[in-house]
Amino acid sequence: MQKLLLLGDEAIAQGAIDAGMSGVYAYPGTPSTEITEYIQGSRIAKERNIHSKWSSNEKTAMESALGMCYAGKRSMTCMKHVGLNVAADAFINAAITGVNGGFVVVAADDPSMHSSQNEQDSRVYGKFAMIPILEPVNQQEAYDMAYSAFELSETYNVPVMIRLTTRLAHSRAGVVRKPLLDEKATSLPKDPTQFVLLPSIARRNYKNLLSTRPDLEAVSMDSVYNKYIEGSDKSLGIVACGLAHNYLMENFQDKELKHPVLKLSQYPMPRKDVERMIEECDKILVLEDGYPVIEELLKGYQEAGTPVIGRLDGTIPRDGELTPNIVAKAFGLTIEEGADVPDLVEARPPAMCKGCGHIDAYEALNIALEEYGPGRVFADIGCYTLGALPPYNAVNSCVDMGASITMAKGASDAGLQPAVAVIGDSTFTHSGMTGLLDAVNEKTPLTVIVSDNYTTGMTGGQDSQALGHLENIIEGIGVDPKHIRVFKPTSANLNEMVNIIKEEFEYEGVSVIIPRRQCIQTMRNKSLVLKVKELGL
Amino acid sequence: MKSDIVLAGVGGQGILSIAATIGMAAVEKDLHLKQAEVHGMSQRGGDVQSHLRVSSNPIASDLIPKGKADLILSVEPMESLRYLPFLSKNGWLVTNTTPFVNISNYPEMEEVITKIKEQPRHIAIDADKIAGEIGSKRSSNIVMLGAASPFIDIDFAALEQGIRTIFDRKGEKVVDLNLKALQAGRKATEEVMAKMN
Repeated sequence: MQKLLLLGDEAIAQGAIDAGMSGVYAYPGTPSTEITEYIQGSRIAKERNIHSKWSSNEKTAMESALGMCYAGKRSMTCMKHVGLNVAADAFINAAITGVNGGFVVVAADDPSMHSSQNEQDSRVYGKFAMIPILEPVNQQEAYDMAYSAFELSETYNVPVMIRLTTRLAHSRAGVVRKPLLDEKATSLPKDPTQFVLLPSIARRNYKNLLSTRPDLEAVSMDSVYNKYIEGSDKSLGIVACGLAHNYLMENFQDKELKHPVLKLSQYPMPRKDVERMIEECDKILVLEDGYPVIEELLKGYQEAGTPVIGRLDGTIPRDGELTPNIVAKAFGLTIEEGADVPDLVEARPPAMCKGCGHIDAYEALNIALEEYGPGRVFADIGCYTLGALPPYNAVNSCVDMGASITMAKGASDAGLQPAVAVIGDSTFTHSGMTGLLDAVNEKTPLTVIVSDNYTTGMTGGQDSQALGHLENIIEGIGVDPKHIRVFKPTSANLNEMVNIIKEEFEYEGVSVIIPRRQCIQTMRNKSLVLKVKELGL
Repeated sequence: MKSDIVLAGVGGQGILSIAATIGMAAVEKDLHLKQAEVHGMSQRGGDVQSHLRVSSNPIASDLIPKGKADLILSVEPMESLRYLPFLSKNGWLVTNTTPFVNISNYPEMEEVITKIKEQPRHIAIDADKIAGEIGSKRSSNIVMLGAASPFIDIDFAALEQGIRTIFDRKGEKVVDLNLKALQAGRKATEEVMAKMN
């Protein structure tokens, strides 16, 4: 069969389509975005009418996917690691409800924080929820795992997590497809109480979940993704999780690897394999891209037993993405690096695009704030976060989706006035609306700038759920229409913008200012341009 | 065969089109391929790189280890130097000489060029100028692919076929311009090499 050249993300998408999935639910987030985008562009998905429209946030996505699974269909939800924080309530409880149709949760982690505010490891969440986790080593495994995860989910009545990291999500390689399966028919759960997590039912369901543990460990033992590779030199055993196995093999292309290796790509850990390694090896090295999750499990708190080395003892750096060179160092292999980077090479951080509307909004905001002094602008997650960098130095916080409005509220409550929140249109409908309601209910003196560019810009211009509704939502939440101020951010409008912002600083209540101009990166998106025109924006 | 290539540039300069073209050519030739890309935040004018590995044998790591790259192919001169630690002892540095200046502290061009010329095996050509001459300023990335093609162990004809496949959706004219760009880049390097000999 002809190989497809797919990103790890795309391989998951194709695997899920071929497995008869009926819907994907997601909010864009690097490095997970391309999974849903691939399904949106897929011919089969169109023919089958597979759901792939963006959700407002990861929690609504997770719950919608769970609802589809309740109705008997195979469903998937995809998010970046921090998105799983947003969806965590639904996620943990979905393990208690169990499934009807197969239910797959994809979490794409970002070690080294290429495009994120932390490098949390989603395997911790999977363990927390007590569900199986699949961690692909390459694009083919990503495909195969997505293809088989739904059946695993249905067989053991649990959601299944696929966890990958940036490097695989955004790396391309050849993938061979399997036969396209039919979608499942709509059907109700056999037990009508299964999804009703009243305490009495939840206690029963939880016991069921606990009772699957030995089965899931047995499945991991038989899994094609886990392998115990014999080795003659038992002074060291190696546990290589997911992608780490590639980096291990890269370093032994031209020499023999004499140590026993446990290639680990399906959790819970295959108990017998692990026990065997503990028994036959003098020491165990754990290689994992992310937190020392498995290393901590093996090590425990007691000093007794087989020594375990990895990120915790410094054999591998405690933070950051794993690389082939880091693994080489762990084995004491010499690396003949090329020349050093010359001193004249300067850092080139990402920046807002030339002509971006956020820039004009920040220029006005900075002038309006001159008389009040710095330190009072709470920003959010999006391209406008780059306003924190020179030459703008315009914002003082970026924590999590929606935190701009709520942190500004808290600071205003503490007496920091004016307090300003800067949030994008898509982030506002993701997690900003509820915080705005808190402020409206208390009439908190607060200036919220919703910098509206009609899109989810940072992740590449996906649909914004706010498009066409923004003022209605803000008014509906209770902001006085007199204090909802809309303008077009351009350098020609600078004085007008400054005046409007200053006026709203004077108001002893919630103001929402909307600088509104289309993201220049989306100007070639004809359907968006047309839609904006139709909406009269 | 094995070609480990670090592609370098600035977000938006089109290194992913270069990668896709080589990728297509590799698939055509039934070679193994891994190509690690950068998506997300850095694409907004930051430095971007792509690790592209093509081999007749299965490839383990998506990342090229330091000191193992056969080629650094850069569409921007300062960016070509950022990845020197990846270049092997016998590797080639092939770079565009037109700078992309979007930072206030961009180094003196002369010093950048001097550093490039200090590298034992380098090709430095003005891809933007060549692209302009053939009437397709936006194809300077493909000019650079052409310039690097003698150091990539894949038939030139396969690369041409890759261009046809990648740009097919954009129409005949775009395909032709990019084929011209590829050939012009190749010619530029051949001229430099002829002078060396």
